[in-house]
Amino acid sequence: MASSIFPITTIRQDFPILHKPVHGKPLIYLDNAATTQKPKKVIEALVAFYEQSNANIHRGVHALSECSTQKYEAAREKVRAWVHAKSTDEIIFTKGTTEALNLVAESWARPQLHKGDEILLTEMEHHSNIVPWQFVCQKTGAVLKVVPVNNQGELVWEEFLKRLGRRTKIVAVTHVSNTLGTVNPIASIVKKAKEVGAVVVVDGAQAVAHIPVDVQTLGCDFYAFSGHKMYGPTGIGVLYGKAEHLERMEPYQGGGDMIRSVTFDKTEYAPPPFKFEAGTPPISGAVALGAAMETLSQIGLEAIASHEHSLLDYATQKLREEKGLSIIGQAKEKGGIISFVCEGVHPHDIGTLLDEEGIAIRAGHHCTMPLMKRLGVPGTARISFALYNTKEEIDALVEGLHKVRKVFSIPS
Amino acid sequence: MNIEIPELYQEVILGHGKNPRNQRRLNPCTHTYEGFNPLCGDRVTVYLVVEQDIIQDISFEGAGCVISMASASLMTELLKGKKLAWAKEVLKSFYHSVTQDFESLSKEEKEALGEKLLMLGNVQKYPMRVKCATLVWHAVEEALGFKQNEENPYATF
Ligand SMILES: Cc1ncc(COP(=O)(O)O)c(C=O)c1O
Repeated sequence: MASSIFPITTIRQDFPILHKPVHGKPLIYLDNAATTQKPKKVIEALVAFYEQSNANIHRGVHALSECSTQKYEAAREKVRAWVHAKSTDEIIFTKGTTEALNLVAESWARPQLHKGDEILLTEMEHHSNIVPWQFVCQKTGAVLKVVPVNNQGELVWEEFLKRLGRRTKIVAVTHVSNTLGTVNPIASIVKKAKEVGAVVVVDGAQAVAHIPVDVQTLGCDFYAFSGHKMYGPTGIGVLYGKAEHLERMEPYQGGGDMIRSVTFDKTEYAPPPFKFEAGTPPISGAVALGAAMETLSQIGLEAIASHEHSLLDYATQKLREEKGLSIIGQAKEKGGIISFVCEGVHPHDIGTLLDEEGIAIRAGHHCTMPLMKRLGVPGTARISFALYNTKEEIDALVEGLHKVRKVFSIPS
Repeated sequence: MNIEIPELYQEVILGHGKNPRNQRRLNPCTHTYEGFNPLCGDRVTVYLVVEQDIIQDISFEGAGCVISMASASLMTELLKGKKLAWAKEVLKSFYHSVTQDFESLSKEEKEALGEKLLMLGNVQKYPMRVKCATLVWHAVEEALGFKQNEENPYATF
């Protein structure tokens, strides 16, 4: 069994915050879809950068600037390898998934879309993969089309095909749903989208730290993710874009670093990825993200995926045994995320009462209000796993849920 | 299992939260407003019948957590039959009690709010939940046009 050889004790020792009590109790951190905790290696990479390498990049001829530039670009190569892009020119550093998606909307979609063109989304998108497209629609007259989800929380394939057509210019879809855990069939979606010439934008925020991602095999045009959801720091994220698109796209912001030459009459832009990285980027963040990827590689993403899957199976089975509890989202293909509701207790009350036990979960709409509406719930309680979680923590969660019921005098 | 109940989840709050009073629609009414908590997506609508500066009847509709439901239940009980001017003052005391502290309220202010609502003041120990307690009160303020300063829903805890 994979979990028996998974070095969980060593891994947990590597995350300082896991050993800091909350409300006097050991922390049980089950809110990893919101952000993951950071291993020592990432924290140390930040410290080491500022203690030994700090300087601005691409600017100085001095030793430190060369050192920081080299480290920043080395991080880009690590990211390239992580998502299996063809070239580092296809890797743009952003401040997160949100900015990456806005970049595609603003620089690829807005200049090219016209009245009547269609952008196809899904009902399970995070607000950050909805709102930027609404901006595009407002500015261009394009319209949003939405693929519905079924009661299991899966995309309805026939409905996707029905909405995909000649007018579809963009298909924007999440790889893994942050609310339901559903893993979407990206490769099949891309295949269909290509038949009508649409560009596919994938929100990979919940995927990159949990399942192997190969953008070339997937065939998608753009892939966005955040460093902080993959054990890296906040303020750093990534947009992968196919070279053919990036070369033709307009810049996103104007400023230093994104130019080749500037006169008051005319500015020539630098080639990608620099064209899209105006100003001083989060250099230390990129370097530390590289360190996070190294940590994950050392443990092995396959082993992590299998550990998290066994947690998902165990928790699903445990929660199914709970009276009055319903799991929201029962897709066949799922990542380590479980949303649930309990009869007679609002998710926020569950969240507050579990917090008293040191158990951190998320309660609310998870930035997916349209999905909540579709599922007919105001919000859910959500647990989400990372590589450092254990079955004992799931047992503690179940104990905690029993306490919630006692407080609410709901018979077990 | 020995369970200690957190201060916020006292019998009274749970009682009102699980079985809120005055949870119905008032039709006709003279004032109404739908309050929305963007942090959690909960919605609560208040209905009031105001005649001669007196809140003759007041009710609410909506679902939410035990804190927001208890708050709505206790508030409607408190304001029914009261003068508008009195309601305006008690609103202020309530905000003070959930965002600052209830000890510093005057004896009269404490009496006006009553023991049960003062208990809701414990919510200040849970900053993320203060909005749950104030949602329905903000809705009443809006319905009655009391609202003086536009407040950023994300800012004040
Ligand atoms: C699926 C998904 N997309 C996008 C985002 C936005 O990520 P960020 O806030 O890091 O930009 C999140 C995180 O909340 C997410 O879970």
